[in-house]
Amino acid sequence: MQVLKAESLQVRSAEDIVIVRQAVRRESIGLGFGLVDQTKFVTAASELARNTLDHGGGGSVQIEVLRNGIKSGIRLVFEDQGPGIANISLAMTDGYTSGNGMGLGLSGAKRLSHEFEIDSAPGKGTRIAIIRWK
Amino acid sequence: MDRIPILKMGDFLLVSIQVDMHDRLALTLQDDLTSQIVRHRARGVLIDISALEMVDSFIGRMLGTIASMALLLDAETVVVGMQPSVAITLVELGLSLRGIRTALDVEKGMATLQAALLKREDAIDAAS
Repeated sequence: MQVLKAESLQVRSAEDIVIVRQAVRRESIGLGFGLVDQTKFVTAASELARNTLDHGGGGSVQIEVLRNGIKSGIRLVFEDQGPGIANISLAMTDGYTSGNGMGLGLSGAKRLSHEFEIDSAPGKGTRIAIIRWK
Repeated sequence: MDRIPILKMGDFLLVSIQVDMHDRLALTLQDDLTSQIVRHRARGVLIDISALEMVDSFIGRMLGTIASMALLLDAETVVVGMQPSVAITLVELGLSLRGIRTALDVEKGMATLQAALLKREDAIDAAS
């Protein structure tokens, strides 16, 4: 798998979430995603960026344009140095929330992506990668 | 600071969200709307989201909260103009927006609010 282009953005404020959404929209359009696919991926990005901010205490996202053989896609890697997640399968359950949200962030972002990877442990922060192929 | 304008039209308040909503803007809108409902004694709120290219769980929750708060202040809420791609995404995200009334466009939304208002007035008449 080849990374054709990579860009890193901060996720430290509510305004940053908007900037992340705009960057993901721009790359999705650049790759020729249809409107529904763009919307799904931008929404997934928004959910994960908010998680990074609210639960991770802020962090960053790396936006990568991928090529895998004839397939192209976008990978988003969210990273924070927050408290981490002790029980990942519980955190992935629809409706489970540790804050005052609706508990759809992780499970929803997974449904809106083609690939989803989460790596987290208490005290170690959280790293979440999603890919949507064209 | 940015604000989303709220227009008064008869018994109703109209809000058209034209910008990419950041979180603070959403919270300001909640505060502004509730105070305007009381100030104008509004009976309904119409929120046009046709310019929104994305609704995530935060914005969805905000719309639900506005509808609940408005109802406590005796005003109905209708959300109009959702883009089809947004509706598709919301379902996959798992957000059903239960308790939020929707209509396809502003005209149909106004009709929905009028009908809801008449129905409530009839109910009040019947009770007295």
